[in-house]
Order: sequence, then structure tokens, then C-alpha cells
Amino acid sequence: MPSQREKPWRVATVTAVKIASTRVKLFTLELPSGGNFKAGQHYDVQLTAPDGYQAQRSYSLASSPGDTDLIEIAIELIDDGEVSSYFHHSVEPGQRIEIRGPIGGHFTWKPSHTKSSIFIAGGSGIAPIISMLRHRHAVKNNSPAVLLFSVRTEDDILYREELESMSDNDPSLQVVTTITRETSKDWIGNTRRIDRNMIDSALVDTGLKPESAYVCGGSGFVESMANTLLDIGLDFKQIHIERFGP
Amino acid sequence: MINDNFFGRRRSTPTRPVPPGQYLEDGFPVLSAGPTPRVDINTWDFSIEIAGETAGTWSWESLNSLEQTDMHTDIHCVTKWSKQDTNWRGVAIDTLLADAQISPPDGYVMAYCDGGYTTNVPAKDLMDGKGILAHTYENEPLPAEHGGPVRLFIPHLYLWKSAKWIRRLRFMEKDEPGFWEGYGYHMYGDPWLEQRYTGD
Repeated sequence: MPSQREKPWRVATVTAVKIASTRVKLFTLELPSGGNFKAGQHYDVQLTAPDGYQAQRSYSLASSPGDTDLIEIAIELIDDGEVSSYFHHSVEPGQRIEIRGPIGGHFTWKPSHTKSSIFIAGGSGIAPIISMLRHRHAVKNNSPAVLLFSVRTEDDILYREELESMSDNDPSLQVVTTITRETSKDWIGNTRRIDRNMIDSALVDTGLKPESAYVCGGSGFVESMANTLLDIGLDFKQIHIERFGP
Repeated sequence: MINDNFFGRRRSTPTRPVPPGQYLEDGFPVLSAGPTPRVDINTWDFSIEIAGETAGTWSWESLNSLEQTDMHTDIHCVTKWSKQDTNWRGVAIDTLLADAQISPPDGYVMAYCDGGYTTNVPAKDLMDGKGILAHTYENEPLPAEHGGPVRLFIPHLYLWKSAKWIRRLRFMEKDEPGFWEGYGYHMYGDPWLEQRYTGD
């Protein structure tokens, strides 16, 4: 009974499309109203073919919560992905898309957060985490934070300039990026997958003792990172995870 | 609302219909809100609680000594994927209740898990072979990331109701929200009625 739904399908309008990397585009959507959400939450998106066939997917919000009716989602082009390929190849500003949300509540960050935090992102798993960091920055929350961001190539470092600018202007935020496949000769950062040593040295460098953790990325990446965080002594309930894709 | 130029992939032809809003997945995605718990099978036990009292407790060995039930079924995750023709083995909740000489209570059940996860379900949805404690998937021990050693398995509801790493069922008179239900997910979760979120 749609009239009783707390989260009905609504029609949003695409206002901007930006190429963020070879495989990721950022879509800005204007909601009819009510853009309020918690950093880390997602929206469901529904596409309907002319013959009635429908497909739904969930996308994390990358924008910061605020008073605006604009939200940003980062969509990675998935091989054989029916929804992501439609967004990448057919969606342009002005188009309308059915959405419902915001959804989720466990993988969220609130401005009242005072705990020291470790954020770990793999690839496009940065989307809900950039939302948290943007919100943290906007409300001038200075709880100690470190981000470890793992990508395959330099091209995959989404929000690179913004992350650099945020950490340059905020002594309480440290960003460590690592590239696991191809690097240019100019790259001076880490060049391996995130492991316990990399986490340990980031914590030593920053003097941070994490009281909460937010991990987002592919399923295998998240599983491995969550296990490593348990190994370094975080408690089960301190670790929040969000898995992208199969 | 029609999206022009959207035709969809429809890569596999379903053996039978898929619930609304779902797509078929060949793999077996892993979804969970926290890390995979480290469960020691030697100290693992499972209990049923009724009216504040423990009505039965089973070790891994005693669970395996009970009559085993096979389920061949489709599964549906609220994150939109469905998987058809999966094979599970475990112990029916009916069998556990009979073993403890308990007549099936009315009302609702809260499932409690290692790692702190909870989920609620009407008691009747666990009875008459509809719910099992699953320990085997496709003839192999259920992998830890999929809920092993033992998960609750109630495939006629969205998969978040099939609580991974199950340790206890508590029968209760009134319905209460579990972990995801408290965050706005549906109290019942029937995939055929697309009961994803509160009010659906």
C-alpha cells in the first residue's frame, strides 16, 4: 500500500554529471524535497524499461548532509552492470530518475561523534566515507581521524584534491592513500594492499587510538580489513562495515 | 516512470519468477553489518528461551545428532539480488522444539547472534518446516562469512531475517524490532510483497 510507505518512490532530476575517473561518474540529483540524511546512508534507484522491466540498485550518498535538496551519488561502471551502464552511457542533466530513501542507519556518522576514528575505503567505497568526512569538515568536528584509501591506479583516487585539501587544513585528519597496481614514477605513497603494518604505522604516525572504525569497499576487501581491525584490538561493535557489490 | 533507452540486462532466464525489484545473481554476495565473528565450535551452543527461561540448549554435537532437514529453495536479499535453486541442510525448528518437548509457542521470536546481531520474526514463520538452523550449504560446511557454523534460515523472508551466527531464539508475546528493523527495515520482510522498509 504505497500511501503508507515511509519511503515512497519519488522522482529526482539529474542536475550534473561529472567524470571522476575512467570508471566512476558523479551524479548530482535534485530531490523534490527533503534532502536530509545521515552521512553513510544510501538511496535506492529504480529504472523501468518501456516494456515494464524494472531494476533497482542501492547507491551510497557521497555528498554531505545539509539543508540542500541536492544529493551526489558516485556510480562505478560495472562490467555487465545494467544500471551502472545506463547511468554511464545514457543519463544526462535534466533526466528524471526514480529514487527512494534515505536508507540505512548502522553505517552512519553523526556530528556528535567524538570518538577517534579510522576510516578504510577501497575504490568507490570512498563514497559514503567522503560523505562522512565532508560532514565532519563542514561542522568543524575535530575528533581524531585517519583515512586509509586503497585504489588500483592513480586514476582511481576519487576526490583526490578535496581529500588533500581537507587534510592540509585539518590537523586532526590524516589521509594515507595506497595504490595496489599501476603507479606513475612520481607517486611517492604506498604501493601495496592495506595490511596490518600499514594500519599500525598510520596509527603510530598520528598517535591515534581508534575507538570506532568505518570500512567500505568490495566484499573481500571489507572482510579482510574487518579481520585486521579485530587483530589490532578493536572490539566487534566498534567496527562498522558496508560492502559494495557481490 | 519509464526510462527511455533503458532495456536491462536480463542475463539469465529465471527458472521461476523472481520477487519484484530483484535481479538474479549467480554468485553468493556477502552482506553483514560487522566483522565475521570468530566462533569456536567446541564451545558453541544454541538455546531456546521461553518466558525468560531456557527451554533447551544444544551443543554442536547434539545439534548434529538430531534429524537433519534438507531445503532446496530460492533466496532473496533486500539489497536486490536473488539466487535460485540453492541447497541447504540443517535442523528444523520443529525438530528442536520436539527434542526439548516444547509445544510450539505463539507470538514472536527474537534471534540473537554472535557479534550482537538480532532480528525478529513471527513464531509461526519458523514452524512447519519453514525455518531451520542451517549448517550446510551445497553439501559443504556453511562458510563463516555466510553465517557458519550455524545460521537461522527462513528463505520465504528476505535474507536479513536468516540471522547469521545464530546462538539463541527468544520467544516473546509482542513483536519487537531487531537490528535492521530498528533502522527502518520492515518488521516482517516478505519479498513477494516487497516489504523492504517500514510501511512497505
